[in-house]
Amino acid sequence: MAKTKVMERKPLSWAERTYLPQIITGLLTTFRNLFRPKVTLQYPDERPRIPNDYRGVPTLVKDPNEREKCVSCQLCEFVCPPKAIRITPGAISTEETDRTHVEKAPKEFEINMLRCIYCGYCEEVCPEEAIFLQDIYSLNGYTREQMQFNKEKLYELGGVLPDQHFKWDKKRAAAEKIGLGSSSDEETEEE
Amino acid sequence: MDVAWEMFLLKVFYGILALVAILTFAAYAVLAERKVSAWIQGRVGPNRTTLPIVGDIPILGPFLRSLGLFQPMADGLKFLFKEEMCPGQVNRFHYHLAPILALIPALSVLAVVPFGQYVASTGADPIPLVLADLDIGILLIFALSSLGVYGIVLAGWASNSKYPFLGGVRASAQMISFELAMGLSVLPVFLWVNEPGSIGGLNLARVVDWQDNGWGMIFVQPVSALVFLVALFAESNRLPFDMPESETDLVGGFHTEYGAFKFGLFFTAEYAHVIVGSAIFALLFLGGWHFLPGVEDPWPIGWSGAALSFLWFALKTFAMSFLFIWVRWTLPRFRYDQVMKLGWGKLLPLALGNLLLYAVLASWMG
Repeated sequence: MAKTKVMERKPLSWAERTYLPQIITGLLTTFRNLFRPKVTLQYPDERPRIPNDYRGVPTLVKDPNEREKCVSCQLCEFVCPPKAIRITPGAISTEETDRTHVEKAPKEFEINMLRCIYCGYCEEVCPEEAIFLQDIYSLNGYTREQMQFNKEKLYELGGVLPDQHFKWDKKRAAAEKIGLGSSSDEETEEE
Repeated sequence: MDVAWEMFLLKVFYGILALVAILTFAAYAVLAERKVSAWIQGRVGPNRTTLPIVGDIPILGPFLRSLGLFQPMADGLKFLFKEEMCPGQVNRFHYHLAPILALIPALSVLAVVPFGQYVASTGADPIPLVLADLDIGILLIFALSSLGVYGIVLAGWASNSKYPFLGGVRASAQMISFELAMGLSVLPVFLWVNEPGSIGGLNLARVVDWQDNGWGMIFVQPVSALVFLVALFAESNRLPFDMPESETDLVGGFHTEYGAFKFGLFFTAEYAHVIVGSAIFALLFLGGWHFLPGVEDPWPIGWSGAALSFLWFALKTFAMSFLFIWVRWTLPRFRYDQVMKLGWGKLLPLALGNLLLYAVLASWMG
């Protein structure tokens, strides 16, 4: 039958109808609360603990050798729902001799922080693990232009990610093993 | 200068002193309200305001800052320097008159409230410290404090706006209902204090003198104390009876259309009411400046004793003010019809029965 149980509402006793016992228990409750530890976080002085998988400001990161990880594949640009990312692809400069076999690098990498919705798709889609959402939660600027983060700023915020992949080191080692080590220089110049 | 002039100037000086004291208490009552509410709700409360020099003292400065002790000054200054707005639809004369009318009764009541005693020499009768040692004491208090409602009603009416108007109407109805119960609840106290045959009086100091064994009147007449306390809450428009204000249904109640210093005046009046009300409760039922129950007053002869008696009385008053704040942050607001039912249907018969009981008792024992 019916699964709900109808509670019988008892008529209030005389003492209850004076409100006084209830008022006194209420007062005791609030009095105990006076001495409980406070839950307020004194914000600018104390900072909240940010969980590890927090999705804050997206930034670019460098690999343990302090080299640019991004290869300008533009997947993040395509996946970005609010179209906050804009990448201008470019070649790797010839001075970076240990990276010449990497084909591309972003000439400019801009994220419009006013458009960004911190969804984390860019981090998820990146095949190079080059873009990460950091724990930065408080972002502000005086103008719209200041909220347009360029590559330099993104690397400044992102820093170095000490991962242990060494993908490009391994690739170069593999290439050198079969005698292709030096040929990659020519390939990049052709582009 | 002749003596009359000197006496007059002295009275004026004392009067100003008392006003400054009560206004300071009112300002700090606001702070107490904010702090206590914060603590009850697990928050910290105001702790950011600081003063240039005092705030820089190594340990003391940050401590005072965390207690928010400089906050009332900032609040007061804010009220002073805000733009004086006057909405277009109001009756300008009455609109400006209302906050003044609200504050004046709350402050004038102070004149007959004794706040300590002075014993000149051993064996001499203690002289109560009071601005005007009038025989009609409590009567004057009732007469003046019930004028306070005019300020509120006038504010509601002059604002020419529906929510303040509702607040004003509620205030008048509520004040009248509870004034009656309040008056009836103190009658037994004075009945008890004035022995038959002697010349009676309504002086508050007399009630305090009667309690000089330290046992407060609250132990003799608990029902009177309860009715008086409830009526006091209603009279000072504090939760659970803050019908005239009731932010949730009337925006800001009677002071919705007020801002800046005029609102500050209402605010001060409310807290002055609370403090004076607490003081009167302490005098009538808690033994005023007399020490703990059954303990002889330890106040020494002379002015030091007077100061100590004042401090003890102030402590009781602050404890009562704390109760006001404490209750506000514990209880929800009554519905309007519940307030009326409570006032007319419960408190008034209770006060009447109580009066009759003590009248019979007094004549039987007398």
